[in-house]
Amino acid sequence: MNANPIYSETVTLPANRACVLSVGHLNKSFGNNKVLVDFSMHLFEGESIVIFGKSGCGKSVLIKCIIGLLRPDEGRIIVLDHDVSMLSHDEMDVLRAKMGFLFQSNALYDSMTVRENLEFPLRRHWIQLGQSEIDKLVSEALEDVGLLHTIDIMPSELSGGMRKRIALARTLILKPKIMMYDEPTTGLDPITGNEIIDLMIEIQKKYNTSSIVISHDMNCIKKVSDRIIMLIDGTCYAIGSFETVSKSTDEKIKPFFV
Amino acid sequence: MANFIQIYSRFFDEVGRTSDFAWKFITSWWKPRYEWSELIKQFFIIGYKSLPLVGMTAFIMGLVLTMQLRPSMVHYGVESQIPMIVGIAIIREVGPVLTALIFAGKIGSSIGAELGSMKVTEQIDAMEVSGTNPFKYLVVTRVMATTLMLPVLVILGDAISLYGCYLGVNINGVTSFRSFWTQIFDSLVFSDVIPAFIKSFFFGFAVGIVGCFKGYHSNKGTEGVGKSANSSVVISSLLIFIIDLLAVQITDAIGFN
Repeated sequence: MNANPIYSETVTLPANRACVLSVGHLNKSFGNNKVLVDFSMHLFEGESIVIFGKSGCGKSVLIKCIIGLLRPDEGRIIVLDHDVSMLSHDEMDVLRAKMGFLFQSNALYDSMTVRENLEFPLRRHWIQLGQSEIDKLVSEALEDVGLLHTIDIMPSELSGGMRKRIALARTLILKPKIMMYDEPTTGLDPITGNEIIDLMIEIQKKYNTSSIVISHDMNCIKKVSDRIIMLIDGTCYAIGSFETVSKSTDEKIKPFFV
Repeated sequence: MANFIQIYSRFFDEVGRTSDFAWKFITSWWKPRYEWSELIKQFFIIGYKSLPLVGMTAFIMGLVLTMQLRPSMVHYGVESQIPMIVGIAIIREVGPVLTALIFAGKIGSSIGAELGSMKVTEQIDAMEVSGTNPFKYLVVTRVMATTLMLPVLVILGDAISLYGCYLGVNINGVTSFRSFWTQIFDSLVFSDVIPAFIKSFFFGFAVGIVGCFKGYHSNKGTEGVGKSANSSVVISSLLIFIIDLLAVQITDAIGFN
């Protein structure tokens, strides 16, 4: 946490909810470029936090550190009571089954059909599942995103919005407790963007997931967030509800809400 | 001078990283989890689908080599020795090296481009997030397939190439199928076949490791993917000649020639 945060986190802490993710004093540099500096945050059960800031300020680096794709230089990341830095590769894989990650580029496997894309994480984590159970889970996940009819289509044949939904379905198929969205509406038209936002809200309600959303889209931030974190110069510059932060007169925050 | 040092330090850095990558393969290929279905798929793509190209080039090379050699052999009055000379040349050198070079062009570039585009579009990261070790799933399977399939392709390529030689011999003369093959097998000894067979494993390993390394560490963007595919072919082709040079020195040193 910033030494002089503009908003105290304690103001908006949800009552009687378990902390599912905690980041403490995280530092990450690439060469001489300090991307994250003493960054801290907490995420509570069923809560949705939006992290936003300028491009290249370290938002994606933060969630990649949380999911274990990048190793932080210093600091602790506790996910569902597990210290990520202490886990072996196999233990991390087990923990990852409880975390979903929606990539900005969707990252669908383009050599596989939609069905094979969705089956992939199932076959990895729940190898004891039979084919009929796998088929049922795949159909259920596709129904959740309204794209059951695309089951045997290749990802390259789908539109941008459909690909985003399929990527979301692939992430949801393991019923994660924590979802991380990396710019979920970037590159989509406003109507499709709104559909994705509604889907994110619906999923959160249905499965009671906690979410970290990285976004520049004010509409998305406003609709999805319980709290927002402003990341400036690699530090947690401000934290609070959308209403509170958007009314700030701070020189560094104001330009984002004009 | 500074530029010169920079180029050399970058070269040795690349050599070091590739060796590290190869070592990671050596220490991890035998450990579970085994990706059988992906491995079989790669055997099919890398081995079976390369056969038409390898077969065609091998056939042409056998035929052309025979036709090019014929005037000199006729001049020295040893025309009847053509099957023996072409057979030894194909089995010992031309077959393995030519097949490996064709293989590097087809498979090396395809692995480099495929893994490069997977890297750029975050599919490798997505695989890791899905609880899959992408190194085992993508690299181990492909390197295993290139290492085990190239020797098979070399054997088939050699056979097709010798058949091309048989047709070449019969363009200007008549040699029966039986006597042609008898002459070839009579002239071949184990020291012709075994080193050539063994070195083709190393050729396959080099093509697989370089293609996977270049793709796995591709730079962002379409240019990065293109460079990965291109450098996979260039470096693995160069490595094939270096391995060939080392192989001939080693077989000489142990008296296997």
